[in-house]
Amino acid sequence: MSPMAFVYLAVVLFVIGAAAVLLRRNAIVAFMGVELMLNAANLALVAFSRIHGTIDGQVMAFFVMVVAAAEVVVGLAIIIAVFRARQTISLDEPAELKG
Amino acid sequence: MISPVLFWSIAALTVIPALSLLFARKAVHIAVSIIGVMIGLAVAYVTLGAPFLGVVQIVVYTGAVMMLFLFVLMLVGVDQRESLKETLTGQRWIAFVGAAGLAILLIAAISEVAFEPAEEGVSGEPDAVAMLLFTDYVVVIEILGALLITAAVGALVMTHTPRLRPRRTQQELQRERVLAGANPVNKPMPGVYARHNALDVPALDPEGKPIDESVSRVLEARHQTTEGFEWRAALTDPSKKKARPASGISKPEPTDKEDER
Amino acid sequence: MLDLTWLLIAVPLASSFALLLAGKRADAWGHWLGVAASATTFVVGFGAFLQLLGLDAESREHAVHLFTWISGSELQLDAGLLVDPLSVTFVLLVSFVGTLIHLYSVAYMEHDPRRRVFFAYLNLFVAAMLLLVLADSYLLLFVGWEGVGLASYLLIGFWNHKPEYATAANKAFVVNRVGDVGLIVAMGLMFATFGSLGFEEVFAQVGEASTATLTAIGLTLLVAATGKSAQFPLQSWLGDAMAGPTPVSALIHAATMVTAGVYLIVRSSAIFDLTETARLVVAAVGALTLLLGAIIGMAKDDIKKALAASTMSQIGYMMLAAGLGPVGYAFAIFHLVTHGFFKAGMFLGAGSVMHGMKDQVDMRRFGALRTAMVVTWVTFGLGWLAILGVPPFAGFWSKDKIIESAFVGEGWQPWVFGLAALIGAGLTAFYMSRLFFMTFHGKARWTDDQHPHESPWLMTVPMILLAVGSAGLGWFLAAGDRFSTWLEPVTGHVEHHEPVLSVPVIMTLTLTLVAVGVVVAWLKYGRADVPTEAPAPSLATLTARNDFFQDSVNRAVFERPGTHLTRTLVYADAAVVDGAVNGTATGVSKLGESLRRFQSGQVRSYAALILIGLAGLVAFVVLGVL
Repeated sequence: MSPMAFVYLAVVLFVIGAAAVLLRRNAIVAFMGVELMLNAANLALVAFSRIHGTIDGQVMAFFVMVVAAAEVVVGLAIIIAVFRARQTISLDEPAELKG
Repeated sequence: MISPVLFWSIAALTVIPALSLLFARKAVHIAVSIIGVMIGLAVAYVTLGAPFLGVVQIVVYTGAVMMLFLFVLMLVGVDQRESLKETLTGQRWIAFVGAAGLAILLIAAISEVAFEPAEEGVSGEPDAVAMLLFTDYVVVIEILGALLITAAVGALVMTHTPRLRPRRTQQELQRERVLAGANPVNKPMPGVYARHNALDVPALDPEGKPIDESVSRVLEARHQTTEGFEWRAALTDPSKKKARPASGISKPEPTDKEDER
Repeated sequence: MLDLTWLLIAVPLASSFALLLAGKRADAWGHWLGVAASATTFVVGFGAFLQLLGLDAESREHAVHLFTWISGSELQLDAGLLVDPLSVTFVLLVSFVGTLIHLYSVAYMEHDPRRRVFFAYLNLFVAAMLLLVLADSYLLLFVGWEGVGLASYLLIGFWNHKPEYATAANKAFVVNRVGDVGLIVAMGLMFATFGSLGFEEVFAQVGEASTATLTAIGLTLLVAATGKSAQFPLQSWLGDAMAGPTPVSALIHAATMVTAGVYLIVRSSAIFDLTETARLVVAAVGALTLLLGAIIGMAKDDIKKALAASTMSQIGYMMLAAGLGPVGYAFAIFHLVTHGFFKAGMFLGAGSVMHGMKDQVDMRRFGALRTAMVVTWVTFGLGWLAILGVPPFAGFWSKDKIIESAFVGEGWQPWVFGLAALIGAGLTAFYMSRLFFMTFHGKARWTDDQHPHESPWLMTVPMILLAVGSAGLGWFLAAGDRFSTWLEPVTGHVEHHEPVLSVPVIMTLTLTLVAVGVVVAWLKYGRADVPTEAPAPSLATLTARNDFFQDSVNRAVFERPGTHLTRTLVYADAAVVDGAVNGTATGVSKLGESLRRFQSGQVRSYAALILIGLAGLVAFVVLGVL
């Protein structure tokens, strides 16, 4: 079976993550959706690495992981700060950006 | 070549838990499911000839990131359940159409390209990755190091609550409370002078009236004040005893608002 | 002394500012400061005159550099003064008559609470007028030109608590602005043609320009001159300008400012010499105005308005002379000087009469004042004889020369202009005699509460001095062609031309017509009784009395279309310009309103938009690839 199959799998995972971001109101769940999207992209990168027979794709995936780790730290810190200020982490609540 | 059995196992191991993101109500359940997804992805990496990345995936995601998620869930309240009822008009449709459209487009695009995969897989051993990381990509690694430090400091700064006033001593706090009209003595224990000594039965004052604050607020919050209900009602207002049937002792329905949290 | 001519402008200007800034504490002595400032200008001017007289005729021109005024890449202009016979003549006239009128005003304005302000304005006028005549460039001249306009406006409206006086001031201001546009356009043309505005540079290059350009410059200069000198068709403001105090009428609206137009034309003689057409138009305007003014003067009962009409007519003579070219320049200025004396003297006389008659101006209420006001009668009479052109009084020497010059030339022009000047002399004799007889002779028609008395010496002395000028100045200056020789460096030497009629014939005709005019006036207004109410006018009288319906014409031709045009433009401005601007703003606002819906503040909506955008991007790539 061709490694290309993993790319299709990555597409499915990515779309599930995106739908989660759109549909879930809990900020942590939406954030997990984002993480899933990042991982789907990683999977595609690794699959491409396998397809092309070069290791650069894996290195790129590694970088994505590092950046994602940093992003998770900051993102969760923001969620905690928001929770402290408003006692909720619902994404529908802070609608103060309404124009 | 990759064995189809392995691929389909990995697909099942990732997609099915991932769907919990859309359908599960409790955030903890989702987080645990995602751990499963991460493990599945680690397996996929190993299958694709990236053992180092597979290990890193397990260490970073299941070991660190998802644990961090669980920590935060604990902090903000592990009980938080989310109603799946949509509040934004058309959001569900937009999400469905957008996601499906994107999937179709991406799959169409991928199916158009026909790569002949390389015969032999790459070596994703740690030393091979390390060679590349610390030669060609060494600058990137340095920058990422700086990024991680910055992120750590940023998280510290953001979660840190600065002290705006000097810390007040116990004595000051007590004086303030008394000045504000608080009862200087301890609250009576529940059940004192009452005809029932359960924790949810309020104490009685010398006149025989119930003292509501003698019952812990926690019990109220947890809807666990029902056991002595009968006694309470009788003490508060005798007429209510008739209004409430004895068999009405049941757990009250949680309100919708609580559900939404 | 020549280098000190800047004092001529600086002293009265400083005095004016001092009087205005000092406020009420200067009320006690302010008028004497004004008189002193004016007298200083006369002393300095006279010194400059003497020094200039001591030089050769050829070198009687002195440029005083003051400072670099405008320093641009194209336009380099210094502010400087030009002291030559022409400007010194004006300086002497303005400062001498001005000083006398300052003196007169001390008494005339004695009971006015704002006498100090009046003197400040008078000094401002003197400064501006001297700047006008001394400037060495058209631009600096324009500064003085506007300055006298401002002073004239302030002084006409000096008693602005009466709305009609304020309106008269506004009218004078607005009509003068029309003329000013002419001067500005002329300056623009000069700058475009010669690249300079200085007299010296412009006149040096004047030969290089085309005749059409020169004609255009000449005609626009004429527009400026008609505005300032109340010539047809911009004459309507002068009659109303009599709203100002009488000394103002004497100084500004008789002797000096209104003659600035003549000065402008004579100063620009280098330009007019080269353009026949413009000169012809100048002469035509002058001839028309002199007849128009004379006819209006015959019908007016208001003594000041009759004198104003006479001023218009006499300036018409000067314009006519200036339009005749080199033949007439010197006589235009000559008549200007003598006219400055006798008309100022008569205005002061009129002021003296009003002073004694409680500000009555209706001549039908005067009569038989010769016994009550002997000095006024005598001085006014000398002025009357001068304007009539009776030898040997001043007007005879100057006006007769103009009439003679008008007959010089070829073709139809000498006949038309000469006859106009001749008839004008007859009409002048009639209306001035009418004025004189109605005021000083016949029976007393005073209202009951009036007790005419002679004015104080402060008023009579200037009148006497001006009367002496009216009587003797003409003969003094004309003897041996003193005046024309003196002006020759500016106006150029002219060979004597023979008029189409011989000089004695012209002189006889003139004097005959004058005599007829006087006799008719005597029969009608001297010997016969004058009704105190004006009789029902004939059409001709009505026309003249209403200034040839000038105001109605202006209203119909300029004001109403102007109002409509303005309204249309305001509407267009609101509908088109503002509409476009506001429409843009409203459109942007509406766009913002509709875009606002996307700014719901709902993070998940934003995420949905991002997803749609991403899908769109992928679609673009995929469809582009496929």
